[in-house]
Amino acid sequence: MNRGAASTEAMPRPAPARTLGRAGYVVALAALLLALPFIPQVPPFQRILLSYGLIAGITALAFNLLLGYTGLLSFGHSAFFGTAAYTAAFLVRYLHLTSMEAYLAAGFLSSLVVAVVFGVVCVRYTRIFFSILALALSQVLWGLAIKLFWITGGTDGIRVPSPTLLFGLIGGGDDKLTFLATTYYYYVLAVFALCVGALWLVVHSPFGKALQAIRDNEVRAEFVGVPVRAYRLAAFVLSGAFTGVAGALWAPLNGHVTPDVLYWPFSGRIVFMTVLGGFKSFGGPLIGALVFNHLEAYAVGYATYWQAVLGVVLVLLVLLMPTGLVGAGARLVARLRRS
Amino acid sequence: MNILVVQLLNALLYAAILFLIAGGLSLIYGVMRIVNLAHGSLYAVGAYVMAWLVGGLAARLPAPALLAVLPLAAAAVAAVGALVEPAFLRPLYRRAEEYQLLMTFGLLLLLEDLMRFVWGPTPLSATALWSSFSPVTILGAPYPTYNLLVILLGLVAAALLWAFVYRTRFGVLLRATSQHMRMAAALGIDVRRIYLQAFVLGCFMAGLAGAVIVPIQGAVLGMGVEALILAFVAVVIGGLGSLEGALVGAVIVGLVRTAAIQYVPELELAILYLIAAVVLITRPSGLFGAREARRA
Repeated sequence: MNRGAASTEAMPRPAPARTLGRAGYVVALAALLLALPFIPQVPPFQRILLSYGLIAGITALAFNLLLGYTGLLSFGHSAFFGTAAYTAAFLVRYLHLTSMEAYLAAGFLSSLVVAVVFGVVCVRYTRIFFSILALALSQVLWGLAIKLFWITGGTDGIRVPSPTLLFGLIGGGDDKLTFLATTYYYYVLAVFALCVGALWLVVHSPFGKALQAIRDNEVRAEFVGVPVRAYRLAAFVLSGAFTGVAGALWAPLNGHVTPDVLYWPFSGRIVFMTVLGGFKSFGGPLIGALVFNHLEAYAVGYATYWQAVLGVVLVLLVLLMPTGLVGAGARLVARLRRS
Repeated sequence: MNILVVQLLNALLYAAILFLIAGGLSLIYGVMRIVNLAHGSLYAVGAYVMAWLVGGLAARLPAPALLAVLPLAAAAVAAVGALVEPAFLRPLYRRAEEYQLLMTFGLLLLLEDLMRFVWGPTPLSATALWSSFSPVTILGAPYPTYNLLVILLGLVAAALLWAFVYRTRFGVLLRATSQHMRMAAALGIDVRRIYLQAFVLGCFMAGLAGAVIVPIQGAVLGMGVEALILAFVAVVIGGLGSLEGALVGAVIVGLVRTAAIQYVPELELAILYLIAAVVLITRPSGLFGAREARRA
């Protein structure tokens, strides 16, 4: 097992010049994202699609806190995304709340609670047991969402209208398309930036380093004094809660919450995006999420057997490209530089 | 009283099917240390092949003769397994466990859509076989004979498997590999062949389960994943890697599920997971799991 080697490859000590270069890219990318609504060549649909991609990006980054940094592969992350999305929908349906901040806070908290409950059971195990327990538990929620139809609307789901933003300061007065493509796009962008920043800090904090130590060698980490199980639980809860933020953001964007977001193929998509981008680096899952989101938007119309395509790509990724798009790209760049 | 008898038999029927699936899952895990996420899909393949064969042959063969088609469908799934193991799993034995899970997950996605491609989205049925037997009366309650046959088949399968694993030379090799793969290899056991055989045997059992269930409930898309999850609950309760555990787990899940469907249908899955969670917290390696659950 070359886990140690893989992790050093994943976290190169950044030379000062390189950090500067990377910061330059980030600033340029942020400027482009901010300017997008002012570029008339980019149709509103693209910005809505990108919002979906950014939300998927938060999900994949949060998921990777477990897979890439803690070494735990969860097949049940739909539970947290779906819990938060349903929480937002319940706020609309039962409390008639329209504040997006309420959705986000409630989504974060509800998925946090679910993550604590699931986490206490799941982190007693690692590897396969962990993975399938997470899958099994998430399917309980799916079963409940379908069967308690008088609460959840069953397979019809619940409609979520456009919310008001910033504590009611900005209402959803415009028509839905303009709202989603401009105001809400910026909102998603801001929350996205906050989440990426927060996750970056977590990963690079002493806590994040301890998680990587657990991933690379649990026994040694324990001997050094890392409380392994408590840290795993903390990582699980953080991962679940941030996935919940993504779910709450997603609910008004999609306008409709159905049990599909709790069903296991949704967890599979999260796993897929992360592995596609490459789970050995911080940014990999984000790239994977954006690429996946766009591919899916265009391919689903043509490919009836989209799931089979995903399966084949996943099999090929595991066999031939275990470091994902980012790893393969980095190798390509390195080769070009050498020649 | 009548309802009780019928429900009890239904629970046993369910347990028999679940044992075939969970037993295969457990066997594959015990020997190869891989949890095959595509196992439920292989069960579904068995169901589809059976429905397809019965659909083609029902007009030409007398109905009871269709029973002979059951092993054919199971063999077809075993053949799929014989292709999958060398092509997709063998390259991964030396790699981290995440990749094995990802691989079997990829296979699951692929198989689910492959079934949709080959057999279409509408459910297939093979009721010809089921309805060819007239019901019998047990303690005053009429019960389909075919269902009784399935329960019997589950018992026979459990006995055969037990004899196979504990009373044959192949079983000794299997258990040796399961307990200490490297030592077994050092003693001259062809571990690669044992892996293939264990995987094929597991697939055969899954295929057989699919084949026998089809005359009762038909073949639908999505049945594979549902079965995978329930089989996993059974295996978790019993202890992953233990055949006795798979049997006991399957019986518990069968009984609980039947009772739950009768009284609180909304909470059927939740109750099952609650039981699994309680077992996991009190006995982390399951009721029969002697080995340490997490080989950290």
